[in-house]
Amino acid sequence: MNKVGGAVAVLAVAVLGLSACGSGEPATDQSAEAAELVVYSGRSEELVGPLIEQFEAASGVQAEVRYGDTAELAAQLLEEGDNSPADIFFAQDAGALQVIEDEGLATSLPADVVKKVPANFRSADDQWVGTSGRARVIVYNTDLVPAEEVPDTVFELVDPRWKGQVGIAPTNASFQAFVTAMRVSVGEERTKQWLEELIANDVQTFENNLAILDAVNAGTVELGLANHYYLFEKAAEVGAENLAVRNAAFQSGDPGNLVNVAGAAVLTSGADNAASEQFVDFLLSDEAQEYFAEETSEYPLVEGIAAREDLPPLSQIDGPDLTLDQLADLRGTHDLLIQVGLL
Amino acid sequence: MRTRLTPLHLLAACAALVSVTPLLYLFVRTGSAGWADIWQILARPRTLELSVASLGLAAAVAGTCIALGVPLAWLLTRTAIPGGRLWLIVAALPLAVPSYVAAYTWLAAFPWLQGFAPAWAVLSLVSLPYVVLPVAAVLSQVDPAFDEVARTLGDGPLRSFRRTTAPLLWPAAAAGGLLSALYTLSDFGAVSLLRFDTFTRVIYTSYRAAFDRTSAAVLSLVLVLLALLFVVLERAMRSRHQQWRVGSGAARRAERVPLGPWRWPALLGVVGLFGLAVGFPMVVLVRLMVQSQRFEADPGSWLAATGNTVQAAGIGAVFAMLLALPIGVLAARHTDRVAKGVESAAFVSHALPGVVVGLSLVYLGLTVAPALYQTLAMLGFAYAVLFLSNAIGSIRSATAQVSRNVEEVARTLGDRPTRTWWRVTARLSAPGIIAGALLVLVTAMKELPATLMLRPTGFETLATEMWTFTTIGSFSQAAPYAFVLVLLAAIPAFALARLTGRRS
Repeated sequence: MNKVGGAVAVLAVAVLGLSACGSGEPATDQSAEAAELVVYSGRSEELVGPLIEQFEAASGVQAEVRYGDTAELAAQLLEEGDNSPADIFFAQDAGALQVIEDEGLATSLPADVVKKVPANFRSADDQWVGTSGRARVIVYNTDLVPAEEVPDTVFELVDPRWKGQVGIAPTNASFQAFVTAMRVSVGEERTKQWLEELIANDVQTFENNLAILDAVNAGTVELGLANHYYLFEKAAEVGAENLAVRNAAFQSGDPGNLVNVAGAAVLTSGADNAASEQFVDFLLSDEAQEYFAEETSEYPLVEGIAAREDLPPLSQIDGPDLTLDQLADLRGTHDLLIQVGLL
Repeated sequence: MRTRLTPLHLLAACAALVSVTPLLYLFVRTGSAGWADIWQILARPRTLELSVASLGLAAAVAGTCIALGVPLAWLLTRTAIPGGRLWLIVAALPLAVPSYVAAYTWLAAFPWLQGFAPAWAVLSLVSLPYVVLPVAAVLSQVDPAFDEVARTLGDGPLRSFRRTTAPLLWPAAAAGGLLSALYTLSDFGAVSLLRFDTFTRVIYTSYRAAFDRTSAAVLSLVLVLLALLFVVLERAMRSRHQQWRVGSGAARRAERVPLGPWRWPALLGVVGLFGLAVGFPMVVLVRLMVQSQRFEADPGSWLAATGNTVQAAGIGAVFAMLLALPIGVLAARHTDRVAKGVESAAFVSHALPGVVVGLSLVYLGLTVAPALYQTLAMLGFAYAVLFLSNAIGSIRSATAQVSRNVEEVARTLGDRPTRTWWRVTARLSAPGIIAGALLVLVTAMKELPATLMLRPTGFETLATEMWTFTTIGSFSQAAPYAFVLVLLAAIPAFALARLTGRRS
């Protein structure tokens, strides 16, 4: 029997020894007083962790952050309802924020705070506010597609020249926001026809924008529809000079030029926490807006803060003529994508 | 005939009920929809198409794991393969490689990979231990006398293996195949990266694209039905083989088969398989680290995440074993309908995607035990629900190997059933039980979706840290966490290897 004993001893020593390395602090400290602000962040710690530290330093508020996937956190918040421990939902896309608002889980933000952001980048009822912008772009492989051949409009993507060469991420929130924008700007029928032609043209589907960027970079497909900042993430990882992929914008007014936002909402469960509004206020401060411009390569939404120099200015991105609350009909887009067979 | 229900039945039934708590949530969510809505969700053409795709993939993975895993387990435990028992440690490691990491590394090397075949290959490689570990555990316990008697009666080595050893292995192999099939049904990482549409992807899409918890619940219940198909299939295959033995005898350690010149091709096969399953992903990750321009060593975070992971997965494994032991022992000792139902029920949750189990515990946790919400206890409970089935098969086949006569001797000497189990059965079936615990521990260490929802806020595990970096495309910074996962898995594997391959 000493074999069994030996094996158990090995395991026990390993478990005890390694557990001792654990940070332990969050595990043992469950008291509500210790955390002054609980943030559910659908934005990666790598992207916004330092910003939250800046907030803590500036405000003296201690923030406890639960990082997760934006949509999954939204689903979690829906399940938690009024019992949620969270004060703030910091989300990667407007759709998730709108769902939280629609379910009555968000509270109105003070007008003087949200007014810092143009009306088309916040909720119609001031229940959430965009904190940074991300433009939809077409990404192309520079070895396979000369810059002048890159399509000027999404409608060109159904051309036989691009058969099997276009990557999209139909399950992705940003792609769906674009389809919603297209439904609003060119109509339901035209959008459906375009999607069907796109499928007939052997469009390639990917899990997310990053996978599209990798595939275009590798030449698996020549073009892809993505968000602008993934290119900069990729460049930070492997070096811009090692990439064979670039961003391009469509022509003026094209639905493919939509600008989406990441944003924040104060939850009903965080309404009586004074730090909640402080946090939202901070995200719209010059300091935070500059952080988004420099560190995450996104568009600052508060006037007077410039985006990074190698990006076309927000004012020059000529997207479809609509406001973000017109994009609320996610359900209709979801049904359409199911109908044509992309979901 | 009326079944005589024992206290063990009651205990096991309670454990099985606990393990199916996510179903309660799914019924609540489904119930909030009308029949018309439910029908509309089920009648989508994609629902049928994706059910078929998922079943096909799961069956292919299970078949491959059995076809490769059984010979592999035999090579590692019964032959004089160079390296010997060292390979038993290696055999557990593929399980520590998260499927999305494996898929990503294959894509990084071969960007054109997509569809059924790569998804099949990647999932088969990472699920191989589900079959190899339990089969190796049984092989190390099987009395060589069976084989020797068959040989003296004139059977050739192959025929003897088929008639004596194989029937003893089959339950463990089938159970392992079932686990790999259920894991495949629940997998999202590999299939989404490799662009093969399965049922689980649609469930994720319901949440992600439409925040539609009702559709997701309805589809999850369909997934439960698909899982039951495999559970029933496995039971049908297993029930063909029943083991009876008059007395346990005094089993010797089996002689290892000298492979002669065959040992080199055999070694090549073993190295090749584990190389593809573990070596390849690790090499690609090292390459990505070297090429990266933003890789920074962060030993503090590595260490903290390691400790947290061991703590959370350890609690999960303890909870899972508490639930799995009564179920596994019951399944080994009773064949009545209650026992069968209890065992089948316990497998269901393993096929559910982590996000579904996570959300169900968010809902149930806040309703039933709000004080435990987002504590380690609840996270451990989630791991137990998700992974207890990993331990049941091993416990069952190991317990079945222990002759009832030995137990009866203990009883006649005055030991009560629990004491008998502890003093006799548990010790004799220890390799199987520990193999089961190891499977739970290692799979819990890499769990992501439920961990994201239920961990204490700010509590980062290796899997969540890895995820933080992979969402921004920085696999180089995710790599160290993947290495630690594999290294960590080697520790329980080492403990197991001390037991397996040698009779205690």
